Amino acid sequence: MPDFGAADTELEAFRAEARDWLKAHFPPSLKGKGGVMAQEGLAPGGADYEAWRKAMGEKGWGTPTWPKAYGGGGLSPEQARVLQREMNAIGAWNPIGGMGVMMFGPTLLEYGNEAQKSRHIPPIVRGELRWCQGFSEPGAGSDLASLQTKCEDKGDHWLVNGQKIWTSGAQWADWCFCLVRTDTTKKHEGISFLLIDMKTPGVETRPIRLISGNSPFCETFFTDVKVPKENLVGPLGGGWTIAKRLLQHERGGLSGAGGGRGAGGTSLTTLAKTYVGADSEGRIEDSDLRTRIAANEMEWRAFQLTALRSMAEAKSNQGPTAATSIMKNAGTRLMQERAELTLEIMGAQGLGWEGEGFSAEELAAVRGWLGGKATTIYGGSQEVQNNIISKRILGLPDPLSAS
Amino acid sequence: MAVLTEEQSMLRDAARTWTQEKSPVSAFRRMRDSGAPLGYDPAVFAEMAEMGWTGVIIPEAYGGSDFGYLSLGLILEETGRTLTASPILATALAAASALILGGTEAQKSAWLPKIAAGETVGTLAIDEGPHHRPEKVALKATRSGAGYTLSGSKTFVLEGMAADLLIVSARTSGGETDPKGISLFLVPGDAQGVNRKALKLADSRGAANISFDNVVVGADALLGAEGEGYALLEKVLDRARAGLAAEMLGSAVQAFETTLDYLKTRVQFGQVIGSFQALQHRAAKMFTDLELARSCVEAALSAIDNDSPEVAELVALAKTKVGDTLHLVSNEMVQMHGGIGMTDAHDAGLYLKRARATEATFGNQAYHRDRYARMQGF
Repeated sequence: MPDFGAADTELEAFRAEARDWLKAHFPPSLKGKGGVMAQEGLAPGGADYEAWRKAMGEKGWGTPTWPKAYGGGGLSPEQARVLQREMNAIGAWNPIGGMGVMMFGPTLLEYGNEAQKSRHIPPIVRGELRWCQGFSEPGAGSDLASLQTKCEDKGDHWLVNGQKIWTSGAQWADWCFCLVRTDTTKKHEGISFLLIDMKTPGVETRPIRLISGNSPFCETFFTDVKVPKENLVGPLGGGWTIAKRLLQHERGGLSGAGGGRGAGGTSLTTLAKTYVGADSEGRIEDSDLRTRIAANEMEWRAFQLTALRSMAEAKSNQGPTAATSIMKNAGTRLMQERAELTLEIMGAQGLGWEGEGFSAEELAAVRGWLGGKATTIYGGSQEVQNNIISKRILGLPDPLSAS
Repeated sequence: MAVLTEEQSMLRDAARTWTQEKSPVSAFRRMRDSGAPLGYDPAVFAEMAEMGWTGVIIPEAYGGSDFGYLSLGLILEETGRTLTASPILATALAAASALILGGTEAQKSAWLPKIAAGETVGTLAIDEGPHHRPEKVALKATRSGAGYTLSGSKTFVLEGMAADLLIVSARTSGGETDPKGISLFLVPGDAQGVNRKALKLADSRGAANISFDNVVVGADALLGAEGEGYALLEKVLDRARAGLAAEMLGSAVQAFETTLDYLKTRVQFGQVIGSFQALQHRAAKMFTDLELARSCVEAALSAIDNDSPEVAELVALAKTKVGDTLHLVSNEMVQMHGGIGMTDAHDAGLYLKRARATEATFGNQAYHRDRYARMQGF
């Protein structure tokens, strides 16, 4: 358990402050609507939402542990946890999100220079600019370091040519943090980390339709895109190190460890009693299904306990480690299982695609089940995470070290 | 592979050639994208009927070829491979079985030749909720005049929009989940009071919810004895399940083969991804499961042809084993293809959606595991 000790009083004072501030600023009309945000980056919109986003942005509490100097909340990890608990208690949720908050911001704070941080962090804190991630390419998926997008030094600017794929939300993004090849003679050391304004001439995005029917990802094409020299983050050829760090932030965010139950609101047991029925003792009628629901619930509990334990054990705010691979694999597997179980529980009602005959929850379950298949592929596939666990945690030899 | 007769080998080869050439997955995709109202292409189905595929289990006296269930299973395996959408399962297997097993001479003469010719599409209208529970029947049939009046509704009727003949389970006596008191009726699709609502399902095939609003039928519409329909229905369902298992086996085999090709061609880290042992072992596990599933499917179909007392348990086994295998293979197809497998332009999603729809049809794995346990006395 976290050791609050002497800090107790101080923390209690913060709790009272947070409670009062949230009471004054969180519009009750938005209560519990945060799940929509989490799903596919969609905001509920409206005046209340805008006011809430503005309030949280100005307070810096959407990015609670980021430094005050760049507009962040400047809170300690303990204070941030207290804030989260107070928000949960009244059904409030964080309106500041996206890749800028989850991945790019923490990475830029670590690797960016002063000018880059002053320019790019405050708009992320206020939720004003959206970022997308230009990493994967058609030939560079799990083998990300084989990426080919060319970046040439033209003296007063960089010239970028190439194609990215799986660029989440590129069609709406203002900026892209991108991995580019600045040296073709070295694999990992030839990669640099570049920030590209999506409005630059030569940037083109094309949404990809997924099996869920939605298009949260794009193909992004760069044709003779001129990028200012100051948009290089870190040293030339130092992009791979930054990317690895950023991907750890991504894994931590994708595990669902912070997000409670994942996509669905209703518990599996409640759903099962509705769709399958309960026996005279109130148990789920189908004992086979009941056993599998219990197994998933118990695994989920173990996963949450692990998330709590790792938080408690983190003495300082050191950020994610290789252990986040464990959380990503366990969390995504459990969420996919839950989606499969939800479908099975709903039976034929869980096969609807659109139109009459199905509730909104049923249709969302089907689309969510399909969309969720991507979680073990993106952000480093489950296979890549297992390689990381094997190599970096277990110290097993890397059969690919030659490549 | 079961030892096939010469006729069966020829039938399988013909089915393979035809589906690969005339009905590849791209044809199913086109049908889906065109929003075909019936959930299949009638012209394609007419071609299948022309080749005699709608008469495989129907006796020669009624216009069929009487080749048996294993033979029909060979065709369904091939159509399952390419995800061909056709009413064969509903009409030429399920409805035809009901008439063959329970029909009077007059009923057989009236319907079987038309089913064999592909002119009539028959189907079972049995379930009333989201889960397959054939004993749970609330739809009422009450005696009126010389016949019966049917009132109630059925859900997820396969080919429900196309069907000209609905084989309806109805309650003539007993409580709502009482196997006793269920009767089967042959209801023409155009009978007064039959109302259909098309369902848009993830697998893009033609299912419907159908309500029966005081539908009047004659005494000659009763299939089998009044109140004794459940035993007949179980036999019919087992035949339909065995054929469905064959179709699912075909889908699983093709999903596996497409994935295996990808493992042999996709290069990452300077080598084909199939050289990674982590993927090799998963492929080996799938192949093992497919071999076991094939044995179960062929045993179930052969048991039907041989009128074996083990039909029910072998069918429960086949539907479960092939269901679990297809579930695994369809998930692995997406995972092993990575991002490209998540795109609508790739076939993996089509196999995944077909997989879950067929798993749920006529009882999922949990249903048949439970059934198997009951039959084995534990």
